[in-house]
Amino acid sequence: MAALMTLEGVTRTFGNNIALNDVSLEAHPGEVHCLLGDNGAGKSTLIKIMSGVTSPTIGQLTFDGKPVTFRSPRDAQAHGIGTVHQDVGSIPLISVARNFFLGNEPTKGWGPFRRLDHQTANRIALEQIRLMGIRRIADAEQLVGTMSGGERQALAIARALYFGAKLLILDEPTAALGVKESKIVIDLIKQAREQGIALVFITHNATHALSVGDRFTVLIQGRVASQFRRGEKTREEVLNLMAGGEAFDAVGHGD
Amino acid sequence: MTSAMETTIADPPAPPPTRFGLVERLLRVVWIGPLIAALVIYIFFVIVGGASGFFSIPGTAGWLNTAAELGIIALPVGLLMISGEFDLSTGSVVGAASIIVALGTGFYGLPIELTITMALAMGVGVGCFNALLVNATKLPSFIVTLASNFILAGTALGLSRLISGSSNVSLKDAGWAEAVLGSKWMFFNVAVLWYLLAAILAAWVLKQTRFGNWIFATGGNPDAARRAGVPVARVKLILFIWTAVSAAFVGIMSAVMYNQGNAASGQGYVFQTAIAAVIGGVLLSGGFGSVIGIVLGTFIYGIVSLGLFYTGWPTDWLATFIGGLLVIAVLTNNLIRELALNRGKKKL
Repeated sequence: MAALMTLEGVTRTFGNNIALNDVSLEAHPGEVHCLLGDNGAGKSTLIKIMSGVTSPTIGQLTFDGKPVTFRSPRDAQAHGIGTVHQDVGSIPLISVARNFFLGNEPTKGWGPFRRLDHQTANRIALEQIRLMGIRRIADAEQLVGTMSGGERQALAIARALYFGAKLLILDEPTAALGVKESKIVIDLIKQAREQGIALVFITHNATHALSVGDRFTVLIQGRVASQFRRGEKTREEVLNLMAGGEAFDAVGHGD
Repeated sequence: MTSAMETTIADPPAPPPTRFGLVERLLRVVWIGPLIAALVIYIFFVIVGGASGFFSIPGTAGWLNTAAELGIIALPVGLLMISGEFDLSTGSVVGAASIIVALGTGFYGLPIELTITMALAMGVGVGCFNALLVNATKLPSFIVTLASNFILAGTALGLSRLISGSSNVSLKDAGWAEAVLGSKWMFFNVAVLWYLLAAILAAWVLKQTRFGNWIFATGGNPDAARRAGVPVARVKLILFIWTAVSAAFVGIMSAVMYNQGNAASGQGYVFQTAIAAVIGGVLLSGGFGSVIGIVLGTFIYGIVSLGLFYTGWPTDWLATFIGGLLVIAVLTNNLIRELALNRGKKKL
């Protein structure tokens, strides 16, 4: 299948600092593209470019076969790019439904009597997170703060998909989660892939990456150190690359 | 094929949905703490001060009048705090609005509606100034509004003395405004009615409108709010204007009610409004609070202020009482919030 989004020769500089140097990659529908690399390798800059927060100094973005430049994150969202940030964008002390519809609240009535349609919001929010396989949440009015980290990721992913994301960028979704919670997120990624969503999955964790990744890009100091498909490299080779290409005592360090 | 059965690992059964019982539902009611506090304090003063008239109609009107004047400003101050910002400039706006009406009407003989419009416009101006400075400089609103409080206090006092030779100007005839802003029914000021309207409006906005959702989000996680498309700067601008205009309204009302304006009056509101909001369960760091809570916070303030008088104890101790109450309120509200968040989390 044709790529949903491609980056060609993307370079981004900040003053004298080259954050990204000639990076190209493709995100295909129904595939998970894992973005790997150490801190400072340029992963965040790459996500910011893909989600419209900044633009490349040199290079071309193509979305759905057409060259694009995003003016803002909202612009990227309008194209169908959903980004789930590390902090998930959740607001702990407001309800699940209010969080789900933040910025897109459904209303009813007219003029000065236009008001939030709580019923619709609650029903849809609950439906959508249930579709994500989160069954523990029985009440859309419960506070987001009562949800676990994995459940909040599910909420954020459900939200992005509901509002029309075709490409989903997940920024280290499992970084702060325990084993059980991480499994929830990995399952969500698989589920979104089956729905034909293109995913870009940023992670430090080789095990998580290898369990869902279809394509892999390893960044080292702003350059693409390696690009390969599922099964082309062993776990040890991947770990070596992630550690910056140096010899790496693989046993037990990966996770 | 034959080993298919063995290699299939059954998914663990999904945990059952958490059921929320009565306790959880009560804990989720943001204003449950202030409600209990208000009842306890009210009953206390009815018992201790009831004999000397706290429970009577004049006594009730007394604390309601106090709560109303405070509350008209405390409501938007509370909403502003939910959005993560402070406004300490309300005191000077009250004083400045009262002196504008008094000078304009009593000294220059301008029509009352014109001076009221001028005072409200001054409120809009102060609100814009606060918001633009906070949005542009990213300085804490605590500092920005503290500064504007001083700037405006000095300006109002200086101009008042320059023009009339005094900081205190009397206002003879307020015309129609007398009925709308200064009338009484039995012992109840018309301010109580205005407060009721203001509270209904604030509750509607916070709970039932998109803007209300944006207020919570702006205070709870500004970055996430911005990413979700919430116009964070505009939310703050509107709330700063709302607050300053409400303070101007109270200044106008006091000028009409007492037939005089005083440039130096109103400074008490600066902290009283914030205290009422916090006692009412508004989270200092933003993102949490309710209109009913703020209203209860102003009730508590009014009940304590007036109740102490009826007990016959020296009222010098009022501030001590309020201070103690503030500490207890914050601790209790924190506890309730923690409970509300952890109840649902336990499992998994």
